[in-house]
Amino acid sequence: MTAMLEIRDLHTTIGDTTILDGLSLTVGSGEVHAIMGPNGSGKSTLAQVIAGHESHVVTAGTVTFFGRNLLELSPEERAREGIFLGFQYPVEIPGVNNAYLLKAAVNARRRHMAQPEIDAFEFLKLAREKMALLDMDPGFLNRGVNEGFSGGEKKRNEILQMAMLEPRLAILDETDSGLDIDALKAVAKGVNAMCSPDRAIVLVTHYQRLLNYIEPDHVHVLQKGRIVRSGDKTLALELEQRGYEWIREVVNG
Amino acid sequence: MAGNSTDIESLVNRRYQHGFVTDIESDSLPPGLDEGVIEALSAIKGEPDFMLQWRLKAYRHWLTMREPSWAHVHYPPIDYQGISYFSAPKSDTDKPKSLDEVDPKLLETYDKLGIPLHERARLAGVAVDAVFDSVSVATTFKAKLKEAGVIFCPFSEAVRDHAPLVQKYLGSVVPYRDNFFATLNSAVFSDGSFVYIPKGVRCPMELSTYFRINAANTGQFERTLIIADEGSHVSYLEGCTAPMRDENQLHAAVVELIALQDAQIKYSTVQNWYPGDENGKGGIYNFVTKRGDCRGANSKISWTQVETGSAITWKYPSCVLRGENSVGEFYSVAVANNMQQADTGTKMIHIGRNTRSTIVSKGISAGRAQNAYRGLVRIMPQAANARNHTQCDSLLLGKNCGAHTFPYMEVRNPTARVEHEATTSKISEDQLFYCRQRGISEEDAVNMIVNGFCKEVFRELPMEFAVEAQNLLNVSLEGAVG
Repeated sequence: MTAMLEIRDLHTTIGDTTILDGLSLTVGSGEVHAIMGPNGSGKSTLAQVIAGHESHVVTAGTVTFFGRNLLELSPEERAREGIFLGFQYPVEIPGVNNAYLLKAAVNARRRHMAQPEIDAFEFLKLAREKMALLDMDPGFLNRGVNEGFSGGEKKRNEILQMAMLEPRLAILDETDSGLDIDALKAVAKGVNAMCSPDRAIVLVTHYQRLLNYIEPDHVHVLQKGRIVRSGDKTLALELEQRGYEWIREVVNG
Repeated sequence: MAGNSTDIESLVNRRYQHGFVTDIESDSLPPGLDEGVIEALSAIKGEPDFMLQWRLKAYRHWLTMREPSWAHVHYPPIDYQGISYFSAPKSDTDKPKSLDEVDPKLLETYDKLGIPLHERARLAGVAVDAVFDSVSVATTFKAKLKEAGVIFCPFSEAVRDHAPLVQKYLGSVVPYRDNFFATLNSAVFSDGSFVYIPKGVRCPMELSTYFRINAANTGQFERTLIIADEGSHVSYLEGCTAPMRDENQLHAAVVELIALQDAQIKYSTVQNWYPGDENGKGGIYNFVTKRGDCRGANSKISWTQVETGSAITWKYPSCVLRGENSVGEFYSVAVANNMQQADTGTKMIHIGRNTRSTIVSKGISAGRAQNAYRGLVRIMPQAANARNHTQCDSLLLGKNCGAHTFPYMEVRNPTARVEHEATTSKISEDQLFYCRQRGISEEDAVNMIVNGFCKEVFRELPMEFAVEAQNLLNVSLEGAVG
């Protein structure tokens, strides 16, 4: 069977700097992966390259999604195919209604899948259900996209978008950073509710803390642009205890 | 809406009873301008003597004036002797007979703007007897206005039928000596709209040039005069979102608004004249003088404009706040793409006590366009407790365009409070990527962000106009990114 996401020997640069340097990773349906690593190891780059951010140049390697070459698709095509990126720093778009963006996004995906577009009533009903799950005030929908949101609100908004878009592959880039414990729990609840046999979730995180609430099937440690160790959830705990310095020593011998 | 087909037929027929159109159809003046031309023009229009004398005074003054050069716009010199100051409207036989004969590119734009089918023919200048619908709508409107006592007619008709009102108010806000283009307009104005709302009357509908019979061929020197008598209300809509067919390059219009005590005038404009091609070839030069006079206490004048067309826009809709507690507002979206140049803004002149003004200006530049906001807030010594709030935002798309802000403030009363906020922003790569990652195409993302940026102004537009204005913005910025 073809894996959902298959990354082989991926090399990327930004400007003159090499970031990903021979990274390989396979993610199958129904799996939860955690990508961990110190700052600057290439975690966010990996997330952005999968989503199609144009500032990264792929110099070698392949990325396929259900066997299809992902690298030839534009960011919006990848999104419509069911790839979702939860941003580390969701950008503010003043004056653009949160609900408006979300509805446009949902319908872009539906059109792509030859499904009927969602109407305003259906949309609101669905959005309210998902927001209740995330402990979000329904007033959120009428605000500008991320405009004046607190850090926690922004992250919940990302999870709300994920819940509405029902992606096949969700990559959450440091969704746990800057969250207090209540917000973290709410976000984890939202993510756990999304777990299903036909969906994969990739958590990009610096700390083990999030993994107390969302249990990964696989943990990978990224260093200098490649995965240097993979294991089960115990690897995350070991990292937490021994620090990234330990991995550095292990890898460098 | 109009009733059955016999109604429509009779209404259409009645239109042809209007002598005005047929009277002038046979005449046309050769290019050039002198007193003889003005006399001929006035005679063709059958104007009373006061009108001719006023035109001549303006013309003689115009000869002493020089074309202004302070605006942030550049264009080759205009040959004022090369213009024909009166040309008869095209007769129906010269017009396209049906939509099949109209430029497909124009039709494509109508389609994008969502203009109803039956309106497209009229806008494209198809012979009018083919367009029953809009005629009947217009005529129905006229009857309803008459019932309320509202006068809404072509300017040249008002000069003949409502001479005392015209004589009393014409030039009382924009005097014939005002500025180069306004003075030229005073000498040679072709036609335009006249509106009078009687005391205490709330105009029963939005007045729109769109529905004014004879709206076509108001020509390049349009003149509009709106008088809201004590306690009356009117909302006036100028222009339309569809691109207008127009062969004249120079447009120098004048609009005068007068609000007496407790009266309110809301004036909304959507301007979408031909901006020229990507290289700046062709396109309309739009030099407009628009001014409102809040003459009575507690009066209010509000300007809302969406400017997307013209090669050059030079336009400063202003308010003279004379009456105590009077209110002036200016909400503007000005878009300049490709080689377009816009120098636009407002003047708020506070004379009365407790007068208040609000300015919200949104400038969008794309391509190689230059967009300037120029605004004056003047607080006169007697204007105690005057208030102004100005918000002036610019949005840049791409690297080769420019945004400029020239705010002027003259405060001569210590109790005044004047606030000015200005921002310049770019659509960031991050914003675009964020939207695209949610499945929204780059073009749609730009439209969404631009519309968000303009929201405060669109909110001021009449409902159905606001939707059209959004579409218009999208069309105007097509291909601006990428």
